[in-house]
Amino acid sequence: MTTPEPDSQVGIVLVSHSDALARETATLAGQFAGPHARIAAAGGTDDGGCGTSPDKVAAAIEQVDQGIGVLIIPDLGGSVLTARLFERPSAVVVADVPFVEGAIAAAVLAATGAPLPAVLQAADDARTYRKL
Amino acid sequence: MNAQFFTAWVEETARTITADRDRLTALDAAIGDADHGTNLDRGFTAVREALSASSPAGPGAVLILTGTTLIRKVGGASGPLYGTAYRHMGTTLTARAAQAVAGRAGTGLDSTSGAVPGTGIEAPGPGTAGFTGTAGARDEAGPGGAPGDGDHMVMVTLADLAAAFEAGLAAVCELGGAAEGDKTMVDALAPATRALAEAARAGLKPEDAFDAALAAARAGARATIPLQARKGRASYLGERSAGHEDPGAASTVLLFTALRTVAGG
Repeated sequence: MTTPEPDSQVGIVLVSHSDALARETATLAGQFAGPHARIAAAGGTDDGGCGTSPDKVAAAIEQVDQGIGVLIIPDLGGSVLTARLFERPSAVVVADVPFVEGAIAAAVLAATGAPLPAVLQAADDARTYRKL
Repeated sequence: MNAQFFTAWVEETARTITADRDRLTALDAAIGDADHGTNLDRGFTAVREALSASSPAGPGAVLILTGTTLIRKVGGASGPLYGTAYRHMGTTLTARAAQAVAGRAGTGLDSTSGAVPGTGIEAPGPGTAGFTGTAGARDEAGPGGAPGDGDHMVMVTLADLAAAFEAGLAAVCELGGAAEGDKTMVDALAPATRALAEAARAGLKPEDAFDAALAAARAGARATIPLQARKGRASYLGERSAGHEDPGAASTVLLFTALRTVAGG
């Protein structure tokens, strides 16, 4: 995957109850998307426990935001609620998609410089991918 | 009701949550992930510290600080939910106070309009976007009071408080996508809010209004026992979630228990 780095990309933020799950999923999606992908993990509580931290999510958004939009992918429950606190129309959008498959699909398209609606759509399409 | 009253209410809520922490966690162990009491207690402990550190001057500012702290410190789903409820209650009280001040000053502002020109006060969106950093100015404006901000100058009436609860309830329903009957905190909060609004319209004394709201919250929480959960972890249990009181509804009752306690009488 040696496509040239686009001028700016949609950032991807992965919000999970688990710090390890968020980080590993970010790593995995980055391997699919290539070296330029802007993916940040925001998993676990501030002290590393099971749960979510709005401060971590805020930091992750700031880390990946290049001005053309951020897609937040939460795992479930409290992660979704925490993610929704940061929604800003057409700037920061929460995706209702499978965590791993959605992260990979979004990261791959985002790395091409595609706009936010297209990245969201790619993540959404992951919901219907058949494995068999 | 002034800032002192609201601070006392939140502190009493924190006390009852600490006292009932193990009961809430036990309820959550039955159908959830056994952390509701612990999470809320952690959040409200942080709220106590935040309130004593900054002593917000107005009722709205007290509730906004409470909500922001809960969102940041709870860690579970109840953080965003309760935090959003308190924040919307706070912004509602602040907006109504500003309207009252503007009306009193005879500036010709339409006191029925939703927004208050010049104050920058508006109801936060469903998500209270970027609540920590970018929109944090609203929180910081609270204690000192922005120009034209009547938050610390106006006494909160029962009607104001009922309107605040209505805004909090609406925001919780929007954020969590829950409706009454889903076996959530909404099953206690919605009937209690209705009871409070009704009591305000009927001109009841605060302590009687809070009695009515508490009774409605308790009845609503009890009524969650036979329900099958449609939101949260408990919903994965399907019909196995029936037969247990919802922990979120149970903790919501404590808000009204505390409200009744601080009203005295």
